[in-house]
Amino acid sequence: MPQTRELTLGEAVREALAEEMRRDPRVFICGEDIAEAGTVYKVLSGLVEEFGTERVLDTPISEAGFTGMAVGAAMTGMRPVVDIMFGDFSTLVMDQMVNQAAKIHYMSGGKWKVPMVMRATLGATRRSAAQHSQSLHAWFCHIPGLKVVLPSTPYDAKGLMKTAIRDDNPVVFFEDKMMYRMKGPVPPDDYTIPFGVADIKRAGTDITIVATSSMVQVALGAAKLLEQAGISAEVIDPRTVWPLDEQTLVESVKKTSRAIVVDEGYGRYGVTAEIASVIAEGAFFNLEAPVKRMGAMHVPIPFSPPLEDATVPTEQTVFEAARALCG
Amino acid sequence: MTTAIAPSKTPSGIDVDHLLRMYRRMLMIRLFEEKVNELYTRALMPGLAHLYIGEEAVAVGVCEALKPDDFITSTHRGHGHCLAKGAELSRMFAELLGKEAGYCKGKGGSMHIADPDTGNLGANAIVGGSAGIATGAALSAKRLKTDQVAVCFFGDGAMGQGLLYEVMNMAALWKLPVIYVCENNLYNEYTHNSETLAGDILTRAAGFGVQGQSVDGQDVRKVYATAKEIVDRVRRGAGPAFLVCNTYRFMGHHVGDVNREYYRSKQEEQMWKTERDPLKLMADWLTKEQLADRARLDRMQAEVTSEIEKAVEFAVSAPYPSVDKVDQDVYAPNP
Repeated sequence: MPQTRELTLGEAVREALAEEMRRDPRVFICGEDIAEAGTVYKVLSGLVEEFGTERVLDTPISEAGFTGMAVGAAMTGMRPVVDIMFGDFSTLVMDQMVNQAAKIHYMSGGKWKVPMVMRATLGATRRSAAQHSQSLHAWFCHIPGLKVVLPSTPYDAKGLMKTAIRDDNPVVFFEDKMMYRMKGPVPPDDYTIPFGVADIKRAGTDITIVATSSMVQVALGAAKLLEQAGISAEVIDPRTVWPLDEQTLVESVKKTSRAIVVDEGYGRYGVTAEIASVIAEGAFFNLEAPVKRMGAMHVPIPFSPPLEDATVPTEQTVFEAARALCG
Repeated sequence: MTTAIAPSKTPSGIDVDHLLRMYRRMLMIRLFEEKVNELYTRALMPGLAHLYIGEEAVAVGVCEALKPDDFITSTHRGHGHCLAKGAELSRMFAELLGKEAGYCKGKGGSMHIADPDTGNLGANAIVGGSAGIATGAALSAKRLKTDQVAVCFFGDGAMGQGLLYEVMNMAALWKLPVIYVCENNLYNEYTHNSETLAGDILTRAAGFGVQGQSVDGQDVRKVYATAKEIVDRVRRGAGPAFLVCNTYRFMGHHVGDVNREYYRSKQEEQMWKTERDPLKLMADWLTKEQLADRARLDRMQAEVTSEIEKAVEFAVSAPYPSVDKVDQDVYAPNP
């Protein structure tokens, strides 16, 4: 990839959307303040100028309504991308995603398809308090018929978004709002990343840290600290939490014999619980220690900075947990 | 048309063949639903079903105004809409019995019949849940310039759901070719809508600038004439419409809702059944206007009865899906 440039994660998402909209006239985006405003994070800036207001469709503040419309449009020949400004607003679209989009293919005996993408944000520490800071992706993982994508780098974001748009099923795509300005190499080429294929972000031998989305950088930071402490950590990003690349996770833990799972969602009944269970079932006889789970503290996300910071795993807390496991 | 009768205009301005076709379709729905009730009573049908008896003129009158490729979304009380849009009896019964030959391979059942071939985007067991889907289909029709319209059927119970108002607002903003058809049968399950609805149903649409009309939902000629005018207008690009069809659910909320006196009187039901039965009203009118005699209508009834018997036979003897199909169709295969 000779021409690889550095793009932010936000720019990578935008580039994927723009390329897909150029490639396929059926693709359109809808959501609140996405056209001239380009979303609150300016992720979609410039798209309306190229594609017009019919394909970058500003909607009223009616999340259930426009998500439901996207379901119907997807069934009848379009390929909508729905923009849900904050993942916290998932509560407002759950019937449309869970009872409608996810089930229509099955309920119709495979006759109707719902090729749509729902984009939303996750992540705390932006001082946005309890209704704009949650990471609710686990809810969607629980539902048969949905696929759930959690990119952690600009490169992954572009390739996974293209795959999401081309998928014939409803895909839920969560972007960490704190990573929109994070830069990384992104080829200008048309490339896709298959779902269900984990990426080993850092190879190691002593402990496996499975991390998603916002927690991948945290895990990589912890791995550096561990290296200084003489512990070699392998960091694996599943990239899609459903479908889940169970094999890569299990193989890694069979090799390292210790595992921590870090995800910014709530731990109870969450993504970390599922992945820890997969590891326990698949690598039980290789484990030297119980699988450790780390996620958001089980409280509504508080506003006050020192309180909020205490709710999320950090490089330091992951480092300490890993060192304790290896002790 | 294969019949010998000339397509002469009638007092309603609708030709005779068309009138008889609508009567036959209503009859098909009535007899289908009576058979469903019998299958349930004889414990031959798993689960429950919500019967459309009494409301036949709404589905038939509206769907007669549509083209084959126009879209509909339906409700938990959806058999009538599916049949009116062209569903086959045998595959309908097969689906209700959970058989592989059903419209959804037995995976949907009574409340989820869907069929792309007849533009049926699916019946929906969430009250008002399909309002977004119908509106989205209208968005596709507009963007892809297909000249299709979408009809969203729902009951007066759906007037309590916010989704409907969200999408009506957007449909009006973007002039989408969608028709919201409220079947006002007076009851939200077991509760009269005087206890659930404030104000007036029809004027709710006016707040969005959506043209609303109401019609006697027991008179298929009036439903058809009104729907035809609305569908033509919407297809021409006038934006969405709202049609309230005033009707009545002759039976319970579902087949098991037999003792209903705690929420409505037998006298009330009897009044609707004797004086406001859409089939009886149409049969009386056809004979009074000498467009068909009783013998002809009786023959039609015998034909439809026979078709239903054959369809039930097919469905009863059809195999269940093999258990290994249970995890198929969860995800669509990607090309």
